[in-house]
Amino acid sequence: MIEVTSLTKRFPHQLAVDNISFAVPRGQILGLLGPNGAGKSTTMKMMTGYLAPTSGRITIAGHDVLTDSLAVRRSLGYLPENNPLYDEMNVLDHLMFAVRMRDIPALEVRDRLRRVITVCGLEGVLEKNAGELSKGYRQRLGLAQAIIHDPPVLILDEPTSGLDPNQIREIRELIRRLGEEKTLILSTHILPEVQSTCDRILIMNRGRLVADGSPAELTAQASGTEIIVVKLRGAVADAAATLAGLPGVEKAEDLAVDEPGVTAVRVQSRGDAGHDLREAVYAAVRRQDWPLLELYRQRLSLEDVFKQLTLGEAEPAAEARRVA
Amino acid sequence: MKKSCTVCARELSAYFNSPVAYIVIVVYLLICGWFFSANLFFDQQATLRGFFNLAPLMFIFFAPAISMGLLAEEQRRGTVEILFTYPVTTTAVLGGKYAAALVLLSLAILLTFPYVVTISVLGHPDLGALFTGYFGLLLMGAVYLAIGLWASTMVKSQLSAFILGFLVSFSLFMLDKFQAWVPRPFNRLVGFLSIENHFKAMSRGVVDTRDLVYYGSMILFFLAWSLYLVQRRKWRG
Repeated sequence: MIEVTSLTKRFPHQLAVDNISFAVPRGQILGLLGPNGAGKSTTMKMMTGYLAPTSGRITIAGHDVLTDSLAVRRSLGYLPENNPLYDEMNVLDHLMFAVRMRDIPALEVRDRLRRVITVCGLEGVLEKNAGELSKGYRQRLGLAQAIIHDPPVLILDEPTSGLDPNQIREIRELIRRLGEEKTLILSTHILPEVQSTCDRILIMNRGRLVADGSPAELTAQASGTEIIVVKLRGAVADAAATLAGLPGVEKAEDLAVDEPGVTAVRVQSRGDAGHDLREAVYAAVRRQDWPLLELYRQRLSLEDVFKQLTLGEAEPAAEARRVA
Repeated sequence: MKKSCTVCARELSAYFNSPVAYIVIVVYLLICGWFFSANLFFDQQATLRGFFNLAPLMFIFFAPAISMGLLAEEQRRGTVEILFTYPVTTTAVLGGKYAAALVLLSLAILLTFPYVVTISVLGHPDLGALFTGYFGLLLMGAVYLAIGLWASTMVKSQLSAFILGFLVSFSLFMLDKFQAWVPRPFNRLVGFLSIENHFKAMSRGVVDTRDLVYYGSMILFFLAWSLYLVQRRKWRG
């Protein structure tokens, strides 16, 4: 549905997007993730044809964004960052303006209007000026404008930024419903957002694509190694050394914990993923007849992955928190 | 074309939903009214001469005020991003915006029509000259608006757009005042570029093709430049 090939955008003093390529199949919800200034918005602006790439190529539904711009724009709905609206224009006029700019056939206008108004929950505010709307309603209006022509592709730049938790939930729900029938790309720097709505995540950092995969894949891919934490009652001096001797274990080390009289050991598997060391560790504990208090496998959260990729941090901070 | 009309209609409703249109029209009519009545009551003359003499100077203020927001405001709010991702050409958008400004200016000009009625009742004006005078006024306003639109695409804030538009229009207006000091080879060029020289003839009832060519080419020049600026932004970011 969408194909991006060696896309680069160079601004006068900055390389905003640095040779990225990806393809989005029909019906996928793709989350573009990255810290501020990573090049997400610039990438999206190029996909809509608002900005032209310095080099590289984008095709949407088979049309080239540069040479066949009008056709691309017809099959696209776009919600820009910060959701710009004409403050002195009311909600209905906004929608009518979009209807006219989108050449929606006169016979369909009523149905389309009714549909977006219901879907986006704008019934009560049609006569209000955009300047008087709450942030949540502004966002709904922005979305309504973007979907009024029922486009197969939707591009939403930070659709939930600035909203309160309830509004975020509502908009997220709306996005998920839209994503059932559309190819959807959304950008965000809020992690739970991609985790809960997206089929696939692209992580960008400094204009480059640093990761690509489903939320589960990304977590697995970056965690590669498995980490198991064992807590035993009493001071067990040789616990770490014993566990380090198990097959498949890279290293085992004592962990400092606040609980008095508890020994904690952190067991790390070798690089090859797919190992499940829990059973082996448990068997070893039983053989030694150590009083076992806890045994768990630690998973890297998407947040850890994100930090690793965008900050270059090797060890996730979440681990220390959890052990403590 | 249909979309130009849509853009034009939105722009007009924005004018009339904010104080801009009313302020521009009211102030314009007040000043025109003063000069017209000065002619009529103090000089006891049923003529629009005072009005026509003043018009070029007044348009230097009013045209940039009308056109300052056309693109600068969309740029400031970010609505340009939505506007230019609709399936519509840049030409159609700029055309619609320019047309809206032109409609507002024409409305201001048309509202001085009672003066024409008044002097027709009180005296025997040369209706032909009045007609060409009004036509010249509209063309001159159209040039200033094209400059104003260009200024609005050139900078990002309304205020700077106003000042830039004003400065360029004012230079164009002042050119003939400096004509005498300009060395020989450029003397005629400066005279030709001066906007007032072209308007003077028309306000006396003379329609010369050279004047029409001047107005037409000035309008096209600034519209084309605006179009270029907007499209270049796509590449520059």
